[in-house]
Amino acid sequence: MLDNFKIMWHQGKQFIPDVTTAKVPGIFRGRPVISNASVDVVRLVDLCPTRAIASGAGAGIGTGVSIDLGKCTFCGECAVQFPEKIKFTDDYKLSTNERERLIIREGAENPIIVNPATVRKEIHRMFGGSLKLRQVSAGGDNSCELELNAANNVQFDMSRFGIDFVASPRHADGIIITGPITKNMAGALEICYNAIPDPKIIILAGTDAISGGIFADSPELNREFIDKHHIDLYIPGNPVHPLTFINGILSLLSKNI
Amino acid sequence: MRYTSIYNNQSISLNDIPELGYTEFLNVNCGLLSENPQRHCVNFFGYKTGEVVRLLCCIADDTTHQIYLSSSIIEPDSSLPSFTAQNHNFEKFEREIHENFGIKYSDHPWLKPYRKTENYTFLRSESEELNEVGVGPIHAGIIEPGHFRFICNGEQIMHLEIQLGYQHRGIEQLFLQKKKLLERTTLAENIAGDTTVGHTTAFVNLWESLCGYTPDISLDFSRTLALELERIAVHTGDMAAICGDIAYQLGNSVYGRLRTPIVNFLQEWGGNRLAKGLIRAGKINYPFTKELATRLSEVFQQFEPDFDEISEKLFKLPSALSRMEKTGIVSYEEVVEIGTVGMSARMSGLNRDIRTSHPFCLYGSVIEHNPVLKRHGDVYSRVQIRKEEIKQSITYIKKLLADVPDFKKPENILLTPAGGKFVLTLVEGWRGEICHCAITDNSGNLILYKIKDPSHHNWMALAQSVRNNEISDFPVCNKSFNLSYCGNDL
Repeated sequence: MLDNFKIMWHQGKQFIPDVTTAKVPGIFRGRPVISNASVDVVRLVDLCPTRAIASGAGAGIGTGVSIDLGKCTFCGECAVQFPEKIKFTDDYKLSTNERERLIIREGAENPIIVNPATVRKEIHRMFGGSLKLRQVSAGGDNSCELELNAANNVQFDMSRFGIDFVASPRHADGIIITGPITKNMAGALEICYNAIPDPKIIILAGTDAISGGIFADSPELNREFIDKHHIDLYIPGNPVHPLTFINGILSLLSKNI
Repeated sequence: MRYTSIYNNQSISLNDIPELGYTEFLNVNCGLLSENPQRHCVNFFGYKTGEVVRLLCCIADDTTHQIYLSSSIIEPDSSLPSFTAQNHNFEKFEREIHENFGIKYSDHPWLKPYRKTENYTFLRSESEELNEVGVGPIHAGIIEPGHFRFICNGEQIMHLEIQLGYQHRGIEQLFLQKKKLLERTTLAENIAGDTTVGHTTAFVNLWESLCGYTPDISLDFSRTLALELERIAVHTGDMAAICGDIAYQLGNSVYGRLRTPIVNFLQEWGGNRLAKGLIRAGKINYPFTKELATRLSEVFQQFEPDFDEISEKLFKLPSALSRMEKTGIVSYEEVVEIGTVGMSARMSGLNRDIRTSHPFCLYGSVIEHNPVLKRHGDVYSRVQIRKEEIKQSITYIKKLLADVPDFKKPENILLTPAGGKFVLTLVEGWRGEICHCAITDNSGNLILYKIKDPSHHNWMALAQSVRNNEISDFPVCNKSFNLSYCGNDL
C-alpha cells in the first residue's frame, strides 16, 4: 500500500493544466506560414508527395502558393528545401468545421478556427456538457489511433472535459473516423454510423481520413461515406497530435470560449 | 546450383536467381527448413512476368547470416502441390499467392482468403454444446479492424479464427504507381504507424542498396538510434495497455505517461511524435546534435528510476502475476512450426533476431546485440521481454550517445535504381523482422515491391495462444502480442 503512494508521489504533477495554451516541446510541424518570397514554384508544387501544394489558378482564388492541410502529410520536405518560402509554426490548433479553411494561403498568418456561425446549432446544446464518441479505424496505419489513445492518458486527460470514447455506437453521440476508408471497411463504417442515435456528429481525424492522404489514388478505397454525409469537424495531422484533437473538439463544442 | 545466397541488404542481378522446376523448387525449400529451426522463410511471393508467374522463395539462415534464393516459373491458375503440406511456415504466403494469382494448391490444409473479407464463411462447429462468439471488424476500443471468431465451450475458447484484410489499401501497388522517391518514402512511413522507423529504415536501406549508394555513419547512427527509441516507446505503451487489460490502474497510468517523454523526444528531434519525416534515403533532414544527445540523457535520467520502480512493483504483484503467468502459452514446438519471428519467437526460446542473425546499420559493429530470450511463451514472458528490452535499448542508446558522429547538411543526392536487380532488406523492428523486397526491370523501373510485416508470421501464434484459455483473457493475450493489422493487410 505504502509503495503505491510512493509511486504516485514520484510521478509528480503530470497533467497539463491548460491544454489550450500548452507549448509543444522542440520542433513541431503545425500550421504553416507561406511567405511571398519568389521561388521555383513549379519545383515546389512538384515536390509535395500528396499534391497539397498548389499555385496560381490551381490554388483557387488569386495567385500565390497555398497548402491544403487536408492533404498535407506534414513531412516538412517543402520547408527543408524552400525555407525562405514555407515555415511550419508550432501552432497545433488546426481543426475546423469548414473544409476550405484548411487551405493556407500565401501571406496568411491568422489561426485556423471553427466558424461558430456554421456549426450545427444542436451541437453545443446537446453535446456541450458531454460528448461520447465511437472511433472507427478504416484503413489507416494505426498512428492516429495511437494518438487518440494518448489523448486520454494522464497527461492530456481529455475525459476531464466530458469527452470520452465509448465501445458501443448506441452509447455514442458521434463517430470519429481515422484512415482513408478502404473498400473492405466501407460497409462496417456505414452500419456503425447508422447504429448511432440522432442527432449525431461526424469527425474526420488525420490527413488519411480527410483526403485519403498518400493513399488517395488507390483503387482499394471507397470514400462514398464522406461524399454522402455532412462532416462536422476536420482535424488534420499525420498523425493528429493529442492537443490538436482536444482543442478541435473543445472549439466545436464552444467550450474554450 | 539450386539456390543462390545473398547477405542482408544485398542487391543481385535478377538473372542470378536460379530457376528450378516446381517439384525441385518445393523440395529444395522445404528441405532447407526441415529440422532446422535456425532457418525460416522470410518471404515467398509471386510476380507476373509476361503470361506466367514467377515464384520466388527467400530462406534466411541465422547461423551463416545468409539468405537463400530460388525461383520457379508456373502457369497462373495451375494446380500444384503446396509447400504448406510439408511445412506450416509457408501457410500464409501460399494463401496470398492463391489469392493474387489463382494458383490452386491440391493439398494446402486451409486455402482461405487472405485479405478478402466479403462473403467469407467461418469454420463452424456442429456441436450443440459449443457456442460461437464473433467480434469485429470494429472492436470495443480505439484499435484497428479485424474479425475474430471464437468457438467456445462456455467461457473456454476451443478455437479462434482470425480474418483480416479490412485495412487493405493497396500499398504494394501504390509503390509501383507512384514514381517519386518522396512519395514512396511517405508510403513506407504509412505501412504501420507504430513501426514508422522500422518500415522506413527497411525502405531506405533497400533503396540505397538498389541505387548503389553507401550511407555514411551519421545515417546509420540515426536509423539505429531511432529504431531503439521506437522500441522503448512502443514497449512502454504496450506495458501500459497490458496493465489496463488486467485492471491494474496504477501500472496503466504510470507506463502510459512514461511513453510520452520518449515520443516527445522524437518530436524534439524530427518534429513528429512517431518519427514521421525523420528517416530519408541518402540524407537526414534533422541532424542529431550534441544538444539533443544531452537532452536524451536527461530524458533517460528521469525515465529510468520511475520505470524501474513501477516494474519492480508490477513483477511482484500477486494479482498481476496470476493474470499473466501461464496465460496464453505457445510452446517452442508450436512457434517453430508456425515460424514466428521477433518477440513472438523469443518468448518461447526460439532465438530469432535480425540484429544478430543478419546485422544491419550499426548492429554487429557498434552494438553487439544479445537477444532477450524467455522460455514459457506466456503473457508473462512477453511482458518480461518488453521490460528487459527497454532496459537493453537504453544501454545501447547510451553507448551510441557516447560517440555522436558529425552530420552533413541535408542535400538531395540523385539516387538512380539499377536495372534488372533483386534486393532484399531485413530490419528488426520492435515487433520483429521486417522484410522488404524489390525487383526492377532493365531500365530500373520498379516492377515489384513486396512488404512483409512480422505480424504476417505471428497472427497464427495469437490464435494458438488463446486455446483452452478463458475468453475474458483474450484482450490481454491479444495486447501481449500487439500485432499489426495494417502491416498485414497493406
